[in-house]
Amino acid sequence: MNSLMDITMNDIIQLVYLIAAIAFMLGIKYLSSPSTARKGNLFASVGMLLAIVATLFNENIISYELIVVGLITGSLIGVVLAKKVQMTAMPQMVAIFNGFGGSASALIASAEFVNLSNTPDKFPILMISLSVLIGFVTFSGSIIAFLKLQELISGRAIIYPFQKTITAICFISIIALSSYLIFSTTSTIAFIIVISLCLLLGILLVVPIGGADMPVVVSLLNSYSGLAAAVTGFLLNNLLLVISGSLVGAAGLILTTIMTKAMNRSLVNVIFGNFGATDSSDSGPDNTDKIVRSTSFEEVAILLAYADRVIFVPGYGLAVAQAQHQVRELADLLESKGVDIRYAIHPVAGRMPGHMNVLLAEANIPYDKLYDLDDINDSFDNTDVSVVIGANDVINPAARDTPSSPLYGMPILNVDKSRSVVVLKRSMSPGFAGVDNDLFYMDNTMMFFRDAKDGLNEIISEVKDNLL
Amino acid sequence: MNEIELIFILYVFVLAIFVGFELITKVPPTLHTPLMSGANAISGITIIGALIVSGQTNNDATLSLFGITINIATILGLFALIFATINVVGGFTVTDRMLQMFKKGNNR
Repeated sequence: MNSLMDITMNDIIQLVYLIAAIAFMLGIKYLSSPSTARKGNLFASVGMLLAIVATLFNENIISYELIVVGLITGSLIGVVLAKKVQMTAMPQMVAIFNGFGGSASALIASAEFVNLSNTPDKFPILMISLSVLIGFVTFSGSIIAFLKLQELISGRAIIYPFQKTITAICFISIIALSSYLIFSTTSTIAFIIVISLCLLLGILLVVPIGGADMPVVVSLLNSYSGLAAAVTGFLLNNLLLVISGSLVGAAGLILTTIMTKAMNRSLVNVIFGNFGATDSSDSGPDNTDKIVRSTSFEEVAILLAYADRVIFVPGYGLAVAQAQHQVRELADLLESKGVDIRYAIHPVAGRMPGHMNVLLAEANIPYDKLYDLDDINDSFDNTDVSVVIGANDVINPAARDTPSSPLYGMPILNVDKSRSVVVLKRSMSPGFAGVDNDLFYMDNTMMFFRDAKDGLNEIISEVKDNLL
Repeated sequence: MNEIELIFILYVFVLAIFVGFELITKVPPTLHTPLMSGANAISGITIIGALIVSGQTNNDATLSLFGITINIATILGLFALIFATINVVGGFTVTDRMLQMFKKGNNR
């Protein structure tokens, strides 16, 4: 900086970047309440727009033809994807967007490698290698997560012989070849091999992880896409990239931790544990001689219509059956009769953090009726009826009471404490963990064996016809 | 980049992570999906790197394909730009779509 009076175009660009960074932080700050969240998102997007416009004045940009092509193509694809996607498909959408972000960072690093190929400097090559590693692993890993969530490939954990050894060899080769690039020569062929190995590593890491563990994977990949941006910021000496990348990296990491805690598993166990690879035949305590009480829609309708307090416990089965709107309709009917209705949401109820809340919001269920595990768990004691729809492992009392259970230690919703429990479920089949559910055999539990949507429709018409 | 610049960026990096943790732990679980897609859109900030790379004309590394000379770095930059734009535009749009569904109940 020569003198404060000598303001160059670059100084102005840097100041606009500072404004963008502030806009991003305010954007996330406003996400602390649903009433201001939309404004927050607007703030962040305006910040992004400012940063893009300022960058167009960068002195190194000579031609604008490709920029126009890239911006228009990307915007069109982005808007169409964002407008078309179903709310149930949100996890795979976020996964694929993560992949695009990661690959963008890695591609920029690759372009820098081409530009810098004869530099004696080691630092940029180190940053390029890191960005390529994180970015391309995020890209191919996200594609696999997308394919699994979209059920284009099996959602099961896929395991094969020497899986961990192959993954380890792949990772070590990347480190070795990158070190060669950094300390010896910048060989283009070695660089292309590194890129291929990074893409392979992403596939190897995600393929062995089961579909129900995808919330953790998507959160982790979210964190990586931020990290890739931050590393690219180091490479390009750009503070805005570093700041934004760190924000996103932190967000992904926090969400990953929340998810693993809610599953009572460690991150290492999720990534390398091959959970959900096979049907577990070990069904915990032997419940074969216990009695299950089956019920009908008439009985459930009466129970609900004459209750004071009802809590709905939605699980992924509800989303699969697309029965959110039926839940809302039933809740409206009951509320018109003066029944107090609340919803208890377990952190892993959906396929990504907060997914169930979005699905219920889509059915116009007000967000102030949705309660988090910690906020509602003490309320089950004075609840007349808990209605469990498509949830299983997250309500199994064995996780709380039976130290020998594979689920033991996982935080659960204490639905068994309410006066009556209605479980709307197609069959007695166990949940993802393959563990029999003690709740189904309790005296205050009634099983309503039905598809979520059909069952709710029957209850709704019964309430409408006979109980209003 | 010299050492002082590097140390400076490291400071910013570490402090930004702390700010990130503070801000994000205050986001309620009900907004975790929009948080993720919104944060995802923010990570599309690499778009500014992509803009610079695809706007540069560097004649060092070119590739002749069917008689057309292509600059490798520029092509990589173009793909980076398309991917980053999808991420930014798609991410903010889908986040807004979700957030407008969140409504408070009218206490009946």
